Amino acid sequence: MKYIREFRDPSLAKELIKEIRRECNGATYRIMEICGGHTHAFYRFGLVDLLHPHIELLHGPGCPVCVLPTGRLDQAIALSQQDTVLLATYGDMIRVPGTMGSLATAAATGSDVRIVYSPIDALRLAEAHPDKKVVFFAIGFETTAPATAVTLLHARERSVRNFFVFCNHVRLIPAMRALLDSPQTVLDGFIGPGHVSTVIGAVAWEGIVKDYGKGVVISGFEPLDLLQAVWMLVRQLKSGQPRVEVQYTRSVRYNGNPVALSLMDQVFEVRETFEWRGLGWIPDSGFKIAAHLSDWDAEVQFSIQEMPSREPKGCLCGDVLRGVKKPWECPLFDNPCSPERPIGACMVSSEGACAAVYHHARHSHFVRRKLSKTSR
Amino acid sequence: MRRDYSENVPLENPKGHEELIANTGKVITLMHGSGGLATHNLVRDIFLPFFRNQWLEPLDDSATISFNGKRLAITTDGFTVEPLFFPGGDIGSLAVHGTVNDLATAGARPLFIAASFVLEEGLAMEDLQKIVISFARACQEHSLSVVTGDTKVVPAGKGGGVYIATTGVGIVETDYVLSISKARPGDRVLLSGTIGDHGAAVLMARGHLELESEIRSDSAGLWTLVETVIKNCPHVHCLRDPTRGGLAAVLNEIARASQVSIRIREETIPIKTEVSAACEILGLDPLYLACEGKMVFVAGPEDAERALQLIRSHPLGTDAALIGEVTDEEPGLVLMETTFGGLRQIDMLMGDPLPRIC
Repeated sequence: MKYIREFRDPSLAKELIKEIRRECNGATYRIMEICGGHTHAFYRFGLVDLLHPHIELLHGPGCPVCVLPTGRLDQAIALSQQDTVLLATYGDMIRVPGTMGSLATAAATGSDVRIVYSPIDALRLAEAHPDKKVVFFAIGFETTAPATAVTLLHARERSVRNFFVFCNHVRLIPAMRALLDSPQTVLDGFIGPGHVSTVIGAVAWEGIVKDYGKGVVISGFEPLDLLQAVWMLVRQLKSGQPRVEVQYTRSVRYNGNPVALSLMDQVFEVRETFEWRGLGWIPDSGFKIAAHLSDWDAEVQFSIQEMPSREPKGCLCGDVLRGVKKPWECPLFDNPCSPERPIGACMVSSEGACAAVYHHARHSHFVRRKLSKTSR
Repeated sequence: MRRDYSENVPLENPKGHEELIANTGKVITLMHGSGGLATHNLVRDIFLPFFRNQWLEPLDDSATISFNGKRLAITTDGFTVEPLFFPGGDIGSLAVHGTVNDLATAGARPLFIAASFVLEEGLAMEDLQKIVISFARACQEHSLSVVTGDTKVVPAGKGGGVYIATTGVGIVETDYVLSISKARPGDRVLLSGTIGDHGAAVLMARGHLELESEIRSDSAGLWTLVETVIKNCPHVHCLRDPTRGGLAAVLNEIARASQVSIRIREETIPIKTEVSAACEILGLDPLYLACEGKMVFVAGPEDAERALQLIRSHPLGTDAALIGEVTDEEPGLVLMETTFGGLRQIDMLMGDPLPRIC
């Protein structure tokens, strides 16, 4: 297929892997891929084994479902249980365990929870069900935030009064700073997320390079994209001159997407602080709906109780999200935590690091070895 | 006939019952119907402990029962699909094809079918008639007689228009037993055609995604295709049609039931360009999308080539391919060599595949 096969050419991939090994020249580089989509692609295409041991991949906090703290999820579940509420959510969210069950179990016991593919679908649900209060459970980085923004503007334009957004959008760069501020974070450089960077632009990473001296190569999602980005990053690291480079040039502009950025400006305000699973409270890391749109803001229009976030006992999702632990280093990995009976969010979401390893790489020998050492 | 209940979980043992529920979750969710791991566990922990007997135990799509020197195959299946009419078929033809294919997996010629129609108040009579005609036409094609049936009506909002439950009876035409527990290391894995056509067609036809496509369901009855293979290739060991849960679920079921490993090669798996494009856009993996007119054959090496030629010479098998081998490397696991030499595990999904967020 055009524009897919080209990015999955086996002979080019083999050449690139050979080149990466040659560039590494016996050294091991610790590289963090931030985006859950990248994590998934690395495993899905079997690249992790092919790069081992020259490249050690650390999985970062880029899975939007995983970084949402349980308190916010519990609030969404409580919202779905309110009278006449229809909660619209992205499918990935539906099985994540909260403190007392998930949205899936809420749906099975009376809540009206619907999966939507875009926030516009949620707005349509509101128009189709005037008797319901339709709440869109908005999650995600700057990738999905513009779609929520445009939907809110549509809602205002079309005067849809039974549509609300429970806003949990987060900002990537403040989270990266929090991560790098932690002494536990030991890494050489980043594979930057392609879709977030398409919106915020390569420029958004300059501060990370300047303040922390870590290089970034923003990558696409196909196997050749990722291999080329790894190759570029290794060369950059060897040069000793950290900078922002873009491998994903067919999508990412230096200054980002001005339309999306302006939409977010119109609709959102930056929260003073926002809670992240694994990273805790991070200043300036969340978006809330601007005051002039408060008629559509679920946090204003509904009474939502504060709920503390509690990590399940023994669950290392927090460490996995910061790249401090590998999924298989968690004592719960595989037993008892599995996609079948997930304990932490990283095992549920298709972009979660634990799920990626579980689904695609349990056979892998280095995972096996680590697993057999873990007391089970 | 005496029922042979499991000794571990007698009917009166509330404590054992609680433990079984702990494995499946406290309430039924849509996941339990996806054909993935949740469905597998539901059957294993809620049904099998109380129904267990020698005929059910192999968990094949059809049970075979010896009777006066003949072997009868019996299958039953429930059909729900939204929308009721989709490009390439409708729930009527789908129900017949599904029943025929489940019988075919046991090597059985389909003879009789019973059907129960659960109708929702408000269903247009014209639509029902179309479905019935389509059901009848599909039966005719397979010389299958509808020998008994039932209808029920549920209140508006309590059903998806039409649900059809069928029971199929056939006569086994092989003198050896086909079962998903019979795959052996060294066997070859054959697939009769492209994957994901039905799943993609139905997803598109639902219209939620606002993508236009030409994808048609592959819904078809495969008895004549299966017949030519099993008549000529005595070393075919198991057959399974990759419906819910897709090729990935079927290969996992075979690997688990036979305690073998299956290694497939990505580049050999037939897939239509449109289906693969739709999957890319939606972030779905075609390995998990349903087919309704495809069959997986596991055959000994001595018969694999002949079987492949026979499948390819049938009009419903022109795209057939040898996609992999059975090995003993990791019993119970399915591994795939990716197009550039990486190795990836193909797991069962817990629930339905869902489009990704970003």
